Amino acid sequence: MTSIALLETIGLRKTYGSNEILKGVDFSIEAGQVKAVLGPSGSGKSTILRLMSLLEPADAGSILLHGKEIGVESGRDGRSIPLPERKLARERTNIGMVFQKFNLFAHLDVLHNVTLGLTEVHGVAKGEAVHRAERMLERVGMSQRMRHYPSELSGGQQQRVAIARALVLDPAVMLFDEPTSALDPELVNEVLSVMEDLAQQGMTMIVVTHETRFARRVADEVALFDSGVIVEQAPPEQFFTAPEHERTREFLSHIH
Amino acid sequence: MTFDFEIFLSALTSSEFFRGAWLSVALAAASMLFATLIGFGVALLRISDNRLARTVGGAYVWFFRAIPTLLVLLIIWNAGPQLFPALRENWFSPFLAAFIGFAVVEAAYMAEILRSALLSVDDGQRLAARAIGLPPHKVMLKVVLPQAVKVALPPTGNEFIAMLKYTSLASVISLRELLTTAQVGVSNTFRYAEYYSAALVYYLVIVTALMGVQTLIERRYRWVSSGVTTAPTAGTTKETVTV
Repeated sequence: MTSIALLETIGLRKTYGSNEILKGVDFSIEAGQVKAVLGPSGSGKSTILRLMSLLEPADAGSILLHGKEIGVESGRDGRSIPLPERKLARERTNIGMVFQKFNLFAHLDVLHNVTLGLTEVHGVAKGEAVHRAERMLERVGMSQRMRHYPSELSGGQQQRVAIARALVLDPAVMLFDEPTSALDPELVNEVLSVMEDLAQQGMTMIVVTHETRFARRVADEVALFDSGVIVEQAPPEQFFTAPEHERTREFLSHIH
Repeated sequence: MTFDFEIFLSALTSSEFFRGAWLSVALAAASMLFATLIGFGVALLRISDNRLARTVGGAYVWFFRAIPTLLVLLIIWNAGPQLFPALRENWFSPFLAAFIGFAVVEAAYMAEILRSALLSVDDGQRLAARAIGLPPHKVMLKVVLPQAVKVALPPTGNEFIAMLKYTSLASVISLRELLTTAQVGVSNTFRYAEYYSAALVYYLVIVTALMGVQTLIERRYRWVSSGVTTAPTAGTTKETVTV
């Protein structure tokens, strides 16, 4: 008996040029779950996050949030067609996205990076937005830096602000695209510990990462992507100690 | 003949010179403002996904960069009223004609400045703005444009100063701006040195003021908090932050 998935992809396909990056991927996550996604570069693990966050359209397949297909509407002939960008933008607020390169808005200070979505997308009043942003920045340990600009912060600090920026919109699920890959080694842990707190508070998270220790400690399930398909998906204990597939063993031997 | 300081001073403080300088500045400022607005629209056409839009934008830039500004002014002022009777009325002044001419020509140059500035903004900024749910026009107005403005400011300052001096072209359509005022003074008195010097002083003062304004605006686009004394990461300016 499986409960209904919070976020689910069915037969997701994506091709760039002549390169098929996703070859019909079925992937799902339940509420409160944390899934770590591993895989070599070019395996499609970042691409599936781009599609699930509705930043890019899939070539085929569907994405379901709370069992309801998102990113599409039914056209006149009853078939589903991709939503126009304006409507897609609305649906994106349900899905938080954290990027490898942080992508904080360079022209806004920390506080306004976090309030922008509240005031401009949700229409929250300025005072209330500041209040909520302050609370969120406190949660990621950045309340001492609210008036600083992104260029004045370390990579780890920027990534924590980026997490707050996504979190403040109260998304149903958080997607992390290699959130620590662009960081100096000594800054990785401050970001991972924020994410771990988040997981413990029950946030549903999909984390594309190379941090196997984090995956082992925090994830409920670990998935290996390779050549556009999911090779193996298992609880971390089994995944790391007794993987079923030869490809998984090979991959793990390279990163340990 | 020696340099007559009296004549120089009386030219410098004359209401004609002041009026001429004011006309030059007002014409340059109004033209620049509209050139920036039109140029932004043309720049958006130039970077559009739509092929027709790109072609239209490209054609605009091609056309107005190809023809001399002087010719544009002559066409608007002389040919315009011949073709359109409405332009024979009194409201169609040399100032208005010059304003239209300078604005549409300068827009072609501003379009190129703004196009490259818009393209210089990191793609990750647009991506993050879309990810938090901003609709397309807010992605542009709230995230991309403010960052493009920073890049566009220095070349726009150049354009403005060049524009100020180009306003002297409007003398051909009988607009008595700063340089024409000096020329008129010379033709009455033959005191070349004194009247040209007075014009020179005006230009120096005006451009100095413009550069001051530009510095103030650029300071607002530094994006550093006050009181921060270290610039920790790459990509920031090396200037020490005081404010």
